[in-house]
Amino acid sequence: MSGKVIVIGGGLAGLMSVIKLAERGQKVDLVSLVPCKRSHSVCAQGGINAAVNTKGEGDSTWEHFDDTIYGGDFLANQTPVKNMIEAAPSIINLMDRMGVQFNRTPEGFLDVRRLGGAKYSRTVFAGATTGQQLIYALDEQVRRYEDEGLVTRYEEWELLSIVRDEEGCCRGAVVQDMKSLEIQVFPADAVILATGGPGMIYVRSTNSTINTGFAAATAYMQGATYANGEFVQIHPSAIPGRDKLRLMSESIRGDGGRVWVYKDGKPWYFLEEWYPAYGNMVPRDIATRAIFKVCVDMKLGVDGENKVYLDITHLDPHEIDRKLAGVVDIYEKFIGDDPRKVPMETFPAVHYSMGGLWVDFNQMTNIPGLFAAGECEYQYHGANRLGGNSLVAAIYAGTVVGPKAFEYSNGLKQHYTDLPLALFERAKEREVAKQKALFAMQGQENPYKLHQELGEWMVNNVTVVRNNNQLLTTDQKIQELMERYKNIGVGNGAAWGNQILPFTRRLWGMLSLARVITLGAYHRNESRGAHYKPDYPERDDENWLKTTKAEWTANGPNFSYEPVDTSFIKPRKRRYDVAKEVTV
Amino acid sequence: MSKDVKFVIKRRANPQSAPYIEEFLIPYFPKMNVVAALMEIQKNPVNTKGERTTPVAWDCNCLEEVCGACTMVINGQARQACSALVDQLTQPIYLAPLTKFPLVQDLVVDRKVMFDNLRKVKAWIEIDGTHDMGPGPRVSPKVQEQAYALSKCMTCGCCMEACPNVNSKSKFIGPAPIAQVDLMNSHPTGALQRERRLEALMNEGGIADCGNAQNCIKACPKEIPLTRSIARLNRATTFFGIKGWLNK
Repeated sequence: MSGKVIVIGGGLAGLMSVIKLAERGQKVDLVSLVPCKRSHSVCAQGGINAAVNTKGEGDSTWEHFDDTIYGGDFLANQTPVKNMIEAAPSIINLMDRMGVQFNRTPEGFLDVRRLGGAKYSRTVFAGATTGQQLIYALDEQVRRYEDEGLVTRYEEWELLSIVRDEEGCCRGAVVQDMKSLEIQVFPADAVILATGGPGMIYVRSTNSTINTGFAAATAYMQGATYANGEFVQIHPSAIPGRDKLRLMSESIRGDGGRVWVYKDGKPWYFLEEWYPAYGNMVPRDIATRAIFKVCVDMKLGVDGENKVYLDITHLDPHEIDRKLAGVVDIYEKFIGDDPRKVPMETFPAVHYSMGGLWVDFNQMTNIPGLFAAGECEYQYHGANRLGGNSLVAAIYAGTVVGPKAFEYSNGLKQHYTDLPLALFERAKEREVAKQKALFAMQGQENPYKLHQELGEWMVNNVTVVRNNNQLLTTDQKIQELMERYKNIGVGNGAAWGNQILPFTRRLWGMLSLARVITLGAYHRNESRGAHYKPDYPERDDENWLKTTKAEWTANGPNFSYEPVDTSFIKPRKRRYDVAKEVTV
Repeated sequence: MSKDVKFVIKRRANPQSAPYIEEFLIPYFPKMNVVAALMEIQKNPVNTKGERTTPVAWDCNCLEEVCGACTMVINGQARQACSALVDQLTQPIYLAPLTKFPLVQDLVVDRKVMFDNLRKVKAWIEIDGTHDMGPGPRVSPKVQEQAYALSKCMTCGCCMEACPNVNSKSKFIGPAPIAQVDLMNSHPTGALQRERRLEALMNEGGIADCGNAQNCIKACPKEIPLTRSIARLNRATTFFGIKGWLNK
């Protein structure tokens, strides 16, 4: 085993893939933009789904599978989703064995809570900081392999591009040390991208500042197919901030929180009225559209703004502290009110990308040797993701991609060591030249201001309600920004510690993916999951039960479509006002 | 009413160059925090003298105080810039980098040593492998609540900054990794390897270097009971040491 695998990204998916590789004795280079413990996975609050049935409610993996497919409005390929759901309970057990401090029942079993789009309590949680707890456990396991010499960490390093050989296979990565801006090429037999979502395209979102989607964008610009980009989840509850829209976990509703606004001087629990079967526990796309309708169409938002009350004042304060302290703390710290006493004021915010790099069932992109796992790929959530499914998808994908990348690299006839050094030198030189060109940019535009403009357009036109006119105008705007990009001035700061230069590079990636999202939405003339067009209010399976595939060209994305795997559950109408039909 | 908020920032282009102070006036807006102010400087990097300058470099990521990245010294206190609300700070607001770590640029420091220390003390649970072995050990809610308090450490460095025994002349690993040993040793599986971690804590720069100043517990933004962990492990390492000596 002389080969090498590079994992880009130190969140849940990346760390799990590293563990699976190291466990096989595989040497791994782990490249992460931030120290792994600071990855965006830490922001996941509510929990991780698995049909563990510890409350005796009669939950089953089939129910979880059906909820996920139904919740995703039938756009997800069913085979990989089914495999994930079936693996979920063993993933929980594994994380439990790694020492994750999950909440417990009085008898000492794993406690579970309910999240949206489900009738069962199947979300295992560690307070309201589940993502943080999971990633710490995986980070610790990786540290153990680092101690054994199998893993080399490159923290605060960024992927610039992948290396493709003459056959088009991925043979390594060109990476950069974020302190010195020194560029290096790492040859390898396989590269795994586990680089998270692109929420920063919208600027104001629940995402962390590193979530620019640049790694996925650079792969896309080098020939990787990007799938279902138009499916962007808008979470119903966040709190405003100029720097960030901070998430208020769905677990608040799961643990009894109620959403309301005043109507005729009295509290109106509109979700409970409109969706009697699920009430406050409808999936995110449904809740967000309902809030949008109440605030924008009916003008009933709190103080006339796009805000609603999220109320836990009726809950037992001790239970709040035990289960929701992490998120209640955030509200108190940033807003100043105590949610135990005063209803929170929240509003919808861009949260998660269901779309991402296209991968096959082995997590490999269309570029041989380039794999993807986690939010940067598209595979597990269809048109809308259920709360609690992102963590299981990220970890599960890691458990798949590690062994698959291992198999792939060990099955290669020619290893990277057999390839001419010039291949790698050329790849590095290309990036060095690009960086030189970036340094030479001394125009009038400020990259952070351009980014802000992009975000405003995307939030206003490519979120909850989409109209073709606005989508086209937005695409034109993005192209205008791409023109103005050429006139950016990066200043005359030195390379050491320079933050403008990498940001400017990422901005181009964001602009490129913004077109994929916007035009993908423009072409899809139907409403499905998070994608809603008033001009086409119904789901249209005949024409659109298809995965969108975007390929990069110099003139913008080129779209094609492929059928969805529906081999287990026949698509049926998705509704949450009445109970879901039984499918077994 | 529009008003400006003054920021006085200690800057440095690189570790070799001399530090200098630069001042910025940022138009106030409601709920403004230090991070949002620094973002405004990025968009318009002009100092109070009206000179165009380089934007101030700082670290940040989650902006909701769970990742630990944006830790800096704000008005003399180490804390996260995201949760430092301007309304709650005395003005002008002084920003400086953490002093216990190597400087990179401006407000950015390199906290790699904290992760290296976690490795030194073997802060992980030794599982047999990732194959399916069923659930982990059962844990009472009370034990879980205590452990959870320790497991929220985001390696931000506030305790290191506050600790007088962490300095350029000492090798002290600081309070954070000691609490992680407490966390791992209190876990039923982790306890199986507790001696290895105790040994690590008895090495140079280990728990014996704690001077019991108790600054750490006050500095921790996550209210982790660091001094309780240190006291517990002081006892544990003492007993372990005596036992080792008796068995010689």
